[in-house]
Amino acid sequence: MKIEKIKTGLLIIGGGTAGCYAAITAAGIRDVANNAASNAAENKGDGLKILVVEKANIKRSGCLAAGVNALNAYITEGRTPKDYVDYAKKDADGIVREDLLYSISEKFNEVTAHLEKLGLVILKDKDGKYVTRGNRNIKINGENIKPILAAAVAKAPNVQVLNHVNIFDFSVHDNKIDGAFGFGIENDTFYAIEADAVIVATGGASGLYRPNNPGFSRHKMWYPPFNTGAGYAMGIRHGAEMTTFEMRFIALRCKDTIAPTGTLAQGVGAKQVNALGEVYETKYGISTSERVYGTVAENLEGRGPCYLRTVGISPEQEESLLKAYLNMAPSQTIRWIENDTPSKANVEIEGTEPYIVGGHTASGYWVDTNRATTIEGLYAAGDVAGGAPQKYVTGALAEGEIAAKSAVEYINATVDRHAPLQGARNDVETEATIKEAEIASHVAEIETYLSQKNSLYTTEQLEEAMQIAMDEYAGGITTGYGYTEKQLNIAKEKIDEIESLTGKLSATDLQEVMYIYELKERLTVCKSVIAHLATRHETRWHSFAENLDYPEKDNANFRKYVNSRLENGEIKIILRDLTAEGQKNYEHQH
Amino acid sequence: MSISIDQSKCIGCRRCHDVCPGTLIKINEDKKAFIKYPKDCWGCTSCIKECPVHAIQFFLGEDIGGKGSKVHTEKVKGEKNDIVRWFFELNDGSVKTIDIDPKESNKY
Repeated sequence: MKIEKIKTGLLIIGGGTAGCYAAITAAGIRDVANNAASNAAENKGDGLKILVVEKANIKRSGCLAAGVNALNAYITEGRTPKDYVDYAKKDADGIVREDLLYSISEKFNEVTAHLEKLGLVILKDKDGKYVTRGNRNIKINGENIKPILAAAVAKAPNVQVLNHVNIFDFSVHDNKIDGAFGFGIENDTFYAIEADAVIVATGGASGLYRPNNPGFSRHKMWYPPFNTGAGYAMGIRHGAEMTTFEMRFIALRCKDTIAPTGTLAQGVGAKQVNALGEVYETKYGISTSERVYGTVAENLEGRGPCYLRTVGISPEQEESLLKAYLNMAPSQTIRWIENDTPSKANVEIEGTEPYIVGGHTASGYWVDTNRATTIEGLYAAGDVAGGAPQKYVTGALAEGEIAAKSAVEYINATVDRHAPLQGARNDVETEATIKEAEIASHVAEIETYLSQKNSLYTTEQLEEAMQIAMDEYAGGITTGYGYTEKQLNIAKEKIDEIESLTGKLSATDLQEVMYIYELKERLTVCKSVIAHLATRHETRWHSFAENLDYPEKDNANFRKYVNSRLENGEIKIILRDLTAEGQKNYEHQH
Repeated sequence: MSISIDQSKCIGCRRCHDVCPGTLIKINEDKKAFIKYPKDCWGCTSCIKECPVHAIQFFLGEDIGGKGSKVHTEKVKGEKNDIVRWFFELNDGSVKTIDIDPKESNKY
């Protein structure tokens, strides 16, 4: 294995929606600064170096590979950012950080305008105003949203992209990040990357629980199966504080294809009905978790299956639906073409397995308003950052922008301005922060996986064992998402056992080594999820955290954030008071 | 969820390999693309849109109700701009198409 050492200014891990926008933003900041100082010739070539490292290819990586059908977070005419904050807060029953929600809500429209400038098609009326869908959404053609962002990154000055490189560990010394470690999946190269600041934008975690269809179509899931919780796991292991992992996200989806339901509900006004044709959504409430819970409950009580009532929509509506799904979830269009179309048959719906995803619920890094994590120099954006649910695409872009500005400010404040920025000039030797021994130890571990043979279990088998344990004992689909303390204890034991078996796994190439690391990442996240679920002795969100020992909400004791931090190998739970109503700024108390 | 690649059509351009968000498509010694991990496909259809010779087709797994249709896209000249034509080859041999204008927003 070749070893490559890289020095950069700003390292962005993950080139999805948030990561790409962070790169574009950071490049823009330096551009402005350089223009202002254009007379200072010595500045030339000294612009901040930005490196995006992506385990696939930024053109189609992350959540938006297939496209997205609408921008779900937008401040429509007559509405204010406060309305959006109130909506997200209500949907999460109070467990949100208002400062984080305000900071993204205030940027939704600005990042949308920028996206349009970059080439995104947005539907407009005859007066040139965006056409809205409900109170918070606008209509787009988002099939090519990721290629648009990737093209903007390619044009941004001083941005380098390393595609097909998987980052698996941070380099942290004295709670300060100074880089990361990774390897090329296809080029047999180990990377030791030193950086002045790091933005983690690796997304959330799928694949923790047994999926809806565990056979051939196991990866036909809502969330990208390639988002393995790497960012969470790396942070957890280095002692970063995490928040609200117990608020799992379960999507209500079209059965089998796991395609979106919002387009049917909001687009053609399809109601949720049970097998008897009764509209049941009003019975359980219409918050995101209640829509899932109602569907589970109707099935348990013998009134399943459940559907979105589309029968009777017009031919024009049907044609538009078939097209809309091709632009975000083509499987559903194939489904309709192979079977009855939505005007002729209602669309069956089901809940997915639980995911951990900070773009929809509040799970993730505990960050301050600037998206600084509790590790110095490390910023978080998008699904990996906690506290701000209902973020969606525009929220991820906004967080990418905020994190980039904060990281650049941090670099400007901490890196000696008179010295060339790290990585800016190859002829200047600066003291290495990553030690040779650390590189050697990582390389040795990878080579062990590549050289040891005769592992009794495969990575795939252990992944399946983990998913079964989580499904049966930590509130998966099998138990209707409910769990008890006794079950969670069993889940923990099983996850520990599976983790102890990972050391003997073998791989034939670096892609298979990546699969081993991804499994280990998921196991780390599972342990945190279990610890968080076990702490919240209440049921605040049906399905998302259905604690069968405590089926009621407990406002007296649990209007709090459940946070955690790994200390000496043990997960330490920290209950934090909610920030004040309307509070727009939050700082870490280091 | 997966794709099938017709290697007799494949020209070895690597574009499908490059864009797959799971890096699941590899190129063999004859410079032909193949999907190494078919069960790991997410079904995003990025590879199908990239393929310049329509060698890749997308299908629904039988476990999620697939009935044997194969799907690919082609770029065709529209009145104003290029449009994307989706071809659905059904199991009975019939073909349906849907045209998507990339400059046109979704209605829903």
